[in-house]
Amino acid sequence: MAYSKKVVEKFENTLNEPEKNSVGRWNPSDSDIGTGMVGAPACGDVMRLQIKCQPKNNSHVISDVKFKTYGCGSAIASSSELVDMLIGKTLEEAREIKNKDIANALDLPPIKIHCSVLAEDSILKAIEDYESKI
Amino acid sequence: MKLPIYLDYASTTPADPRVVKKMQDCLSLDGNFGNPASRSHAFGWKAEEAIEEARQHVADLVNCDSREIVWTSGATESDNLAIKGAARFYKTKGNHIITSKIEHKAVLDSCRQLEREGFSVTYLEPDNNGIVSPESVKNAMNSETILVSLMHINNEIGVVNDIESIGKITREAGVIFHVDAAQSTGKLPIDLTDLNVDLMSFSAHKTYGPKGIGAMYARRKPRIRLEAQIHGGGHERGMRSGTLATHQIVGMGEAFRIAKLDMEEDNKRIKNLKDKFWNGIKDMEEVYLNGDEFSRAAGFLNVSFNYVEGESLIMALKDIAVSSGSACTSASLEPSYVLRALGLKDELAHSSIRFAIGRFTTEEEVDYTINLVRDSVEKLRTLSPLWDMYKDGVDMDTIEWAEG
Repeated sequence: MAYSKKVVEKFENTLNEPEKNSVGRWNPSDSDIGTGMVGAPACGDVMRLQIKCQPKNNSHVISDVKFKTYGCGSAIASSSELVDMLIGKTLEEAREIKNKDIANALDLPPIKIHCSVLAEDSILKAIEDYESKI
Repeated sequence: MKLPIYLDYASTTPADPRVVKKMQDCLSLDGNFGNPASRSHAFGWKAEEAIEEARQHVADLVNCDSREIVWTSGATESDNLAIKGAARFYKTKGNHIITSKIEHKAVLDSCRQLEREGFSVTYLEPDNNGIVSPESVKNAMNSETILVSLMHINNEIGVVNDIESIGKITREAGVIFHVDAAQSTGKLPIDLTDLNVDLMSFSAHKTYGPKGIGAMYARRKPRIRLEAQIHGGGHERGMRSGTLATHQIVGMGEAFRIAKLDMEEDNKRIKNLKDKFWNGIKDMEEVYLNGDEFSRAAGFLNVSFNYVEGESLIMALKDIAVSSGSACTSASLEPSYVLRALGLKDELAHSSIRFAIGRFTTEEEVDYTINLVRDSVEKLRTLSPLWDMYKDGVDMDTIEWAEG
């Protein structure tokens, strides 16, 4: 199966410049960090998404994001794409990001849609974790 | 050095230039283009001569009578003909078939079809090293058993079954023994006068011949009979009808002639390259060789790089052509059934890559690959949350994963 150009580009950028592409981790017990881990090794993909949030007006804004992903090239590209979408958004706005947005941005083929679903799940989990701390 | 580097010789091989030349001579008006079944003119006779010469080359490689070789379209057809043909012919003698869980799909799906027709099939588990033990075959036999079908070299991990010992057991029990040898011609010596094998499947394109052609061996003494699967003009003594493809057959004959000639030299070189490769990566952390280390064909290296998903590694190794046991490279989202049958945990199966070295692999290519593999695995582990957990000493078996 040939990958879309966008997946290949995103994957290779993330691989070759991990720090620039938000690869990393924070201490999950920090109060301004929300962590969402989804997937399972047995299924071939695990994503760990972390959001750093600040209160702003009546909401909270995602000021920075870090992630690590074990999975196929499309899974890694999906997480990386998601990061670009998240920074600067309020939690409400972040909740609105759907797997379709990620799949469309990367031209994912139907068999790889589950990668974008996983990415969507990881935001919801990360927000849930952060909200449990405030 | 030319990129990308081909390290997928277990999937298919390029035709040897000597093979290509022979094939070209059998296509055009000034070549040997006749129908080998034409009895009425020289064009047919000449083509038939070429077919019989090729048949002799195939027979010579595996030491049998050329009359025991039937041309087919490839190992898949040979497997179908051998298994369904024998089972249906001998169904009055019994309805039980023995095979293993790590056979090629051509064997497994033929057996599934026979199950739908009322046969009962035992799928043996290999040992953890990938080898099907002769004892397990013996223990699975009953009074209804008519056929045992096992592969010689496994196509994913390259381990070798002891077909000599298994043949002794089947012969003593009067059970037909079919061996899928698609991967073994040119890699291991095969002597059918010595082995108690009754049916054997061969492929040309795994042995530097063309795609679309194969052969099946059917023993004459004691004689094995088959129900034909393809009916027509009664070619190949009624076992497989259809006009013989002279250029393909001549190509296979030449490929097998060369295999006999070059096998020893080829394998020595390929084994050295494989050892060099394995020695170049085996010191990395959490790297596992799948399948028995010693009973294996020269060119195969199936390796799991723990905490790195196989398809992402293939993507990172974009200059290298390899294949993976990872689910993501298949449509089924299931990791390799072969590696799972070996008892590998799913995550190790997802992390596996098959490197297959062949006749045209160079030392320079192996060196390049070693460096690229080391670098790519390290980069992907930087990205892997599982690698972090491993390094933190987290026991991943105790985690309740939120499956997406």
